[in-house]
Amino acid sequence: MAILPPGVSAESFASAIREFQDAVGRDWVFTSDDDLYSYRDHFSYIKDQPNELIPSAAVGPDSTEQVQAIVRTANKYKIPLYAISTGKNFAYGGPSPNVRGSVTVDLKRMNRILACDDKRNFAVVEPGVSYIDLYRHIQERGLNVWVDTPDPGWGSLIGNAMDHGIGYTMGYYRDHFGAHCGMEVVLPNGELLRTGMGAMPTSQSWQEYRHGYGPDPVGLFGQGNFGIVTKMGFRLMPAPEHWRNGLVTVPKRQDLIPLIEAVNYLCDLSMCGEPWYGSPLMALMGNTEFRDAAVGFNESAMDAQAASAGLHSWQVELQFYGSERTTLANWEYAQELVARKVPGARFTNGESLKTPLTREQIANTTGPYPTNMRRNITQGVPGLGIWYMTGRTEQNPNAWNETHIGLFSLVARSGEGVLQAQKDFAAVARKLDMPSLFPNALQTPVNWYQFAFLMGNGFGLGRGDTSPQGKLAATAKLREVLRENAKLGYGDYRAPPILQDDVADQYSFNDFVLRRFTEQLKDAIDPNGIISPGRAGVWPAAFRSMRGGMRS
Amino acid sequence: MRALAKLLRASIALALLQCGVAPAQQAASVDRGTDALRIKYQGSLPALLEQRTDLNADAIRTFVRRGTWSMPPFRPTEVTESDIQDIAAYLRQSSGAASRGAR
Repeated sequence: MAILPPGVSAESFASAIREFQDAVGRDWVFTSDDDLYSYRDHFSYIKDQPNELIPSAAVGPDSTEQVQAIVRTANKYKIPLYAISTGKNFAYGGPSPNVRGSVTVDLKRMNRILACDDKRNFAVVEPGVSYIDLYRHIQERGLNVWVDTPDPGWGSLIGNAMDHGIGYTMGYYRDHFGAHCGMEVVLPNGELLRTGMGAMPTSQSWQEYRHGYGPDPVGLFGQGNFGIVTKMGFRLMPAPEHWRNGLVTVPKRQDLIPLIEAVNYLCDLSMCGEPWYGSPLMALMGNTEFRDAAVGFNESAMDAQAASAGLHSWQVELQFYGSERTTLANWEYAQELVARKVPGARFTNGESLKTPLTREQIANTTGPYPTNMRRNITQGVPGLGIWYMTGRTEQNPNAWNETHIGLFSLVARSGEGVLQAQKDFAAVARKLDMPSLFPNALQTPVNWYQFAFLMGNGFGLGRGDTSPQGKLAATAKLREVLRENAKLGYGDYRAPPILQDDVADQYSFNDFVLRRFTEQLKDAIDPNGIISPGRAGVWPAAFRSMRGGMRS
Repeated sequence: MRALAKLLRASIALALLQCGVAPAQQAASVDRGTDALRIKYQGSLPALLEQRTDLNADAIRTFVRRGTWSMPPFRPTEVTESDIQDIAAYLRQSSGAASRGAR
């Protein structure tokens, strides 16, 4: 069932494959159905459909020079490439390209850790290096730095940062693109570019000052298609000696407003790590009377029922990194600050632990209160434990999450913003007859990005109707959610290829000037449009007619 | 050193085969992947892959390259044919299949 890149003849493709083989060796060019199966999106909504986003071949270079050779060949034959690092961007398309028939450039073999400095606190890695790889490297050498890892740790530092992925420690480090410092990029013409101080051949500060001098193009490479990143530096958090957590709860719905103000203040003074918001009232969602009040956004009824159940409306779990004394001082100050702003707030000490935590402490069986916090990721310890939620469990013994997807929108970082978003998201879900009880009046934001709130509002089918028709119907609904979100002012930050044009459509200020600007650059830098055409809605001239093609 | 690295890679792949176990210092309390197989087999086969005598290289290759349930497939750049052979050898040894002459 081999397929060809769009507009490329079988003869040209065969010649290109021979050139790819010359560049990387015959063992690392994959064209058989068996091999290419592993380059499909395992969670695709359009699996086995005629438009499924599958590659025509995959090439696994081992060096920057080989990447350059691949790019030159692709230009010669006008073959679209799609670069992946570890291909683990599940929920956002996994390894699948934007254009069916692209040649996947699989960078997994480029897995060298080129530097890891625990005095200046940075690492330089190649795209195939996973969070688990870097963690092991640090552990084996006893280095005094942490990795800020996403939930599953099998992904690539570069790949995750390039898709604006996130982590869970201190604010600065959680924004993985923001915490990068210095890139090496193979440009669409095969030339090699270094950003920031890397542009100065003799600089000693490539990983310490990312701006260099003059306009800085790094933003074009994140969620972009202006080159293939082959090296990247990352700022690493020095290992704190101590970690402490504590729980804050506030009684009434409107108390969310001063609570968030207080936590924003602490976060922006770098006095705490990621805050984890939640609602103790989730315990009442099984109660019909409460659920009716929650679905109807009846604030006074919800407050009254919370009071009679002896529960508070909101909680935030705070965590502090530093020394035993500084973490205590910050926790005490957090309590003082919230108490001043919110009458009736309650505080519960969590644990106060010397780092590194033991396996038992990471398993979080010893905490004084129940928590949703996945402690390994707060400690910079990558794992795959979270993946259980997609598979077979006692609660779900006979189905898996065949369609794993998550859409998260930017929401104003205030209590008012969150309470409004709850209503807006619930109204959209109701209007579109979305099946679940989520979003709802108890939904809280995630503060992955220190200066922004994200709230999920377009979740996949999971274990619902996973027939081909069911998946297509769900995709149509997710597109509708994105359109409704845009009307209400909620932009999404990340999406799988089948929805990237829909998200890009949200960003329409001044007749899509941002997209027009980016595509003008794209056409100048990549005249054949060979680097990941369509990525994040950026279509080069040669492929522009494909814009929106996934909607049909 | 090289052999050790190889074994480590094989054990990672093995862990991944079980779909969802933590290869690093994650939650020691629950091995989710093994638990998933326990729920699946209900005692008709061992939940622990190390005790299975029926997983030869061909079977492992199928699981690795095709995936199973929520375990995605692994690409030839991640788990090579020689890694697959190493995993098969490891499982033969751990299950005692070799000494009993089973495949």
